[in-house]
Amino acid sequence: MIRLLTFVSLLLLGTVSAWAQTTDTTPAEDREALRKFFQSKFPDIPLDAYKDGAYIFDPKARAQFEEIEEFPPWEFDVEEGEELFNTPFKNGKTYADCFENGGIGIAQKYPLWDEKRQEVVTLPYAINLCREANGEQPLPYEKSDLLKVQAYMAYTSRGKRIEAPEPTGKALEAYKKGREYYYSKRGQLDMTCANCHLQHAASRLRYELPGPLLGQTTHWPVYRSKWEELGDIQRRYKECNKQVRAKDLPYQAEEYRNLQYYMHLMDVGLEFNGPSSRK
Amino acid sequence: MGMKVKVKLAGDQAKVKLLIRHPMETGRRKDDSGKIIPAKYIQTLTCHANDELCFESQFGTGVSKDPFLSFTLLNRKAGDKLKFKWVDSTGDSDEKEVVIK
Repeated sequence: MIRLLTFVSLLLLGTVSAWAQTTDTTPAEDREALRKFFQSKFPDIPLDAYKDGAYIFDPKARAQFEEIEEFPPWEFDVEEGEELFNTPFKNGKTYADCFENGGIGIAQKYPLWDEKRQEVVTLPYAINLCREANGEQPLPYEKSDLLKVQAYMAYTSRGKRIEAPEPTGKALEAYKKGREYYYSKRGQLDMTCANCHLQHAASRLRYELPGPLLGQTTHWPVYRSKWEELGDIQRRYKECNKQVRAKDLPYQAEEYRNLQYYMHLMDVGLEFNGPSSRK
Repeated sequence: MGMKVKVKLAGDQAKVKLLIRHPMETGRRKDDSGKIIPAKYIQTLTCHANDELCFESQFGTGVSKDPFLSFTLLNRKAGDKLKFKWVDSTGDSDEKEVVIK
């Protein structure tokens, strides 16, 4: 009897793992499925519009957003960021020495898989790595000059298409961890990212319209009226976790970087339009 | 601290948009150590068109950081010289001149 049960359970396990293997999808397939999901739900919204997030679902909010874009609150930050970007470190080098193309027009490639470091590197993380490599103190990831440098670098990438090589090996593992985090329930409110940003994108939660997963990484850093300043996408991750009363992780935690990598892979091909403003 | 101005002329109406870099501290906030952050907020903003006062705004602590204003000036034409000036509660001020295109 026990032998039979063991045999049956092993058979089931084998079947389940085989099933898991045959149904595990590649990033390209996930991306395709995500686009099909939104485009069949909202056939009148073109793919390129998703870079503006929740504002594509509410014409009044969109009108206000477009007016703000005529004279955005982050203009000062981009100018100050340019100055900071061009100011040499104490050792005489500049940020341009750390980045491809001198740091101009490359923000749309982040986060990327760093083969040498064997981890996902986001743009703010890369900025601090650059500082440390040149004998400077790293800057805080929130409410600091780092956001201005990030805003300037993002501004030089406006209009470019989000790009990422299809991940393999360890990079693919990081992608899968990020994807799993996105769909895992957490917190006292027992919610996943998908509950708000897939199931309830374009429908009201109280009065708010959650932005859709598709296109969510194209427009950072964001000047949020609520913050009265620029913030990185991970500042929003921390807020989301606090809102569902889940464990808050520190900036650039491995989980957040992997999550951001997953979301970035979902946006490949969309137009990069950072920095942007939100409510 | 800076000031950015954008002016669009439509007929004889000049639509002005103004963004001012200013902390607008109310004097009621406390820092992390519990000390009051001293007040520093804009009190008046004026606009002179060709040296004649055409707009005046009295701010208070209700206006938040980096104020943004949008207003329309009437009876304006291309070539008018607009001078914007703000003065704050500590006596600081800033000016910016723009010529309507």
